[in-house]
Amino acid sequence: MNENSRAGGYNFAYLDEHTKRMIRRAILKAIAIPGYQVPFGSREMPLPYGWGTGGIQVTAAVIGPADVLKVIDQGSDDTTNAVNIRRFFVRTTGVRVTGRASDATIIQTRHRIPETPLREGQIIVYQVPIPEMLRWLEPREAETRKMHALSEYGAMHVKLYEDIARYGHIATTYDYPVIVNEHYLMRPSPIPKFDNPKLHMNPALQLFGAGREKRIYAVPPYTAVRSLDFEDHPFEIQRWQHACELCGAADSFLDEVIIDNEGARMFVCSDSDYCTQRRDAHRRAVA
Amino acid sequence: MHAPLLEVQGLTHRYGTRAACNNISFSLYSGEVLAVVGESGSGKTTLLRCLSGQLRPDAGCVMFETRNAGAVDVWGMSEATRRMLARTDWGFVHQNPRDGLRLDVSAGANIGERLMAIGARHYGNIRGEARAWMSKVELDVQRMDESPAAFSGGMQQRVQIARNLVSRPRLVFMDEPTAGLDVSVQARLLDLLRGLACDLGLSAIIVTHDLAVARLLAHRTLVMHDGCVVEEGLTDQVLDDPQQAYTQLLVSSALPA
Amino acid sequence: MYVAVKGGEQAILNSWRLLAEQRRGDAGIPEITLTQIREQLGLAVDRVMAEGSLYDPELAALAIKQAQGDMVEAVFLLRAYRTTLPRLAASLPIDTSAMSLQRRISATFKDVPGGQVLGATYDYTQRLLDFELSNGAPVAPAPAAANALPAAADIATLMNAEGLLAEESPPADDAEPPDLTRDPLTYPAGRALQLQNLARGDEGFLLALGYATQRGYGHTHPFAGEIRQGAVIVEVVPEELGFAIEIGEITVSECQMINQFAGSATEPPQFTRGYGLAFGASERKAMAMALVDRSLRAGELGEAVTSPSQMQEFVLSHSDNVEASGFVQHLKLPHYVDFQSELELLRKLRARHFAGAGTDGAAT
Repeated sequence: MNENSRAGGYNFAYLDEHTKRMIRRAILKAIAIPGYQVPFGSREMPLPYGWGTGGIQVTAAVIGPADVLKVIDQGSDDTTNAVNIRRFFVRTTGVRVTGRASDATIIQTRHRIPETPLREGQIIVYQVPIPEMLRWLEPREAETRKMHALSEYGAMHVKLYEDIARYGHIATTYDYPVIVNEHYLMRPSPIPKFDNPKLHMNPALQLFGAGREKRIYAVPPYTAVRSLDFEDHPFEIQRWQHACELCGAADSFLDEVIIDNEGARMFVCSDSDYCTQRRDAHRRAVA
Repeated sequence: MHAPLLEVQGLTHRYGTRAACNNISFSLYSGEVLAVVGESGSGKTTLLRCLSGQLRPDAGCVMFETRNAGAVDVWGMSEATRRMLARTDWGFVHQNPRDGLRLDVSAGANIGERLMAIGARHYGNIRGEARAWMSKVELDVQRMDESPAAFSGGMQQRVQIARNLVSRPRLVFMDEPTAGLDVSVQARLLDLLRGLACDLGLSAIIVTHDLAVARLLAHRTLVMHDGCVVEEGLTDQVLDDPQQAYTQLLVSSALPA
Repeated sequence: MYVAVKGGEQAILNSWRLLAEQRRGDAGIPEITLTQIREQLGLAVDRVMAEGSLYDPELAALAIKQAQGDMVEAVFLLRAYRTTLPRLAASLPIDTSAMSLQRRISATFKDVPGGQVLGATYDYTQRLLDFELSNGAPVAPAPAAANALPAAADIATLMNAEGLLAEESPPADDAEPPDLTRDPLTYPAGRALQLQNLARGDEGFLLALGYATQRGYGHTHPFAGEIRQGAVIVEVVPEELGFAIEIGEITVSECQMINQFAGSATEPPQFTRGYGLAFGASERKAMAMALVDRSLRAGELGEAVTSPSQMQEFVLSHSDNVEASGFVQHLKLPHYVDFQSELELLRKLRARHFAGAGTDGAAT
């Protein structure tokens, strides 16, 4: 690796090798027990808690000099937090970075899964603020661990029942609960439920890091991930009446943007890489 | 003769040096309603908590006749099994309905929770069951989407009862289920409980300080005093012809609740 | 035209430069030095060391300078540096009864062996703004006697002899204390882990909780048995030597809070203890910590747990200001996606509401 491009005084990817080994052990355990939250000795990172310290530690533990890194926040490579995390890794590893999902070997993300399907060999690292799905039902950690151990998930359905009774449909729109490998209830991090189907049988390795809460969990490649629902109220994803006004995509998650003081709106892809590539392809076709 | 549904042997629980339950033994057969009566402080609530898997006794065993594995000691089984029993084959009706209900979700969701806990995944069916139980406990089904927080005490207690019975428990524990209600509300609730016990062939253990509750609901009655069982027998016998001095005192209403 | 949030990279670089300029302030005024901070803002340095869990006045001064005096930010800087440091050895427990005392007071006995030593304290300064200080008046030398006080047995030990104070012997399996900075906090946490967490905890948080216990939320009937502050020796046993060697001296503040206890079925009535310890002259922190430590022992002592200060998960999970500050402020990060999802839902619900549809559709 080119040592010159890296910040002096720090190990490759910031963390010392002992810490990386500790995190890798936690990751291996997480992969062996899909959806189970493995406690790990989360370090105090030079970025604030709640800003991706879990994801950063996971990425730091698995990244090597030959990796190509993509970092997104809300689907975009250009939001300040994504830029900041990407700079951190460039500074501490000197690895190549990319905006293209298909070129990346590691994708660190906050709140989205790329629209471009992932492939075998890729790793997607999710930043997780609160890993415990049962937290709002039961604040005590000692008790929620027991509920997971015994698969006591009835209360989770009570919440969905209540939604239907009140609104006629399940009113959870993001951070939507899933069952991994028909066993553990898992919080997919605050991705929109639009992205939940992408979790299921994904060829890539999916790792989840919660730094402040000191937990790592994983969905290994080709693992079943089922969104909770009722037989007569099946899980549904969001649909838009619009297509992306930049690239015309009708199958992507759209951000609503206010474009003038009169409150006019436009809808555009939240995944900036996907949108750019579609526009490039269109331009090439026209030319 | 079938094996007893619940068989308690030598159950003892101490708080410090004081025995709240001292070497208690009895059996409960399927379809039977047993009342445990005594003054407050006699150890009856401690006994109920030991029987229902909430408080580990210091000595003795509580054998429950499980569906698949015969009689198993409640305190010898894994916590997983015990918690599973507690939300399927057992019911527990708290004195204060707020201890046994989720006040932030609707009455319907409260009643349906156990069904969901054991795997029911059809919203319409769950709702149908909840509705049926609303009417079985004589609540207005139109109010099933309201929070029980908006209900009166007596109505909350009915929701709690329905929430427990929906899983068809083989044994129901009740801790002073009518205490804290107005007398007229008490009478109607007792009437309902008697009807349910009769119709469903409930097996139940009811802790109460109120002998009228025992008389109305229980086939057999067990009298506790200072952590010990002082008298046990058919309810009518115990209440009409008490043999022990303490029971005689209790029946003559000379004792405070 | 849609420009969204391109240019994040340039914005961050600009922000760094703005921050550096703001930190320096008016360039016509001499720049503050680390020595000045260490010598003249010593209590700030102490607090940053205590909550940063790193005893290094020089680095703490640097953190304070870099953070423009924002204490929580300075603690964060120090912590993030600390985490990269190798663990060379674990020190032996410090012996506070051998402390070279700068201050020592007891509120429970009028006089105690070794005496009451007021030392340097703001307690009796009358809090009048000293306008002479604004012009940098010279300071008269302090009387010299306060130095070299003899080591004094702590009051807890003296009370122990009579059996009035509950014994606090190490647990039977007196294992190595866990390291909160290396291993995740797990519940229920033992006393060692609890004290470790409180020692790094935010002073304001502990102060508020401790104050709440005095006002009835988890009351513990406390008396300040002893507060001492001074220098203690730090020793390690290098593996290759096999005996203890002195590696330095640190200043700490210690508080032994003595609390009433009615006794239980197995225990006679006696006093119990809450314990507080912090780096530097951090007396307020040590006292608040001792109150909260005792309050958190409610479960262990068979007292009813009714207030937040008695709930271990509540206190230990929220005491860390670096964690708290990060998570509160992460709300500044974009949440477009979640918000978009909620926006869609809200529109749907409102459409239904104005269309007059009830929830009957939901019913079977």
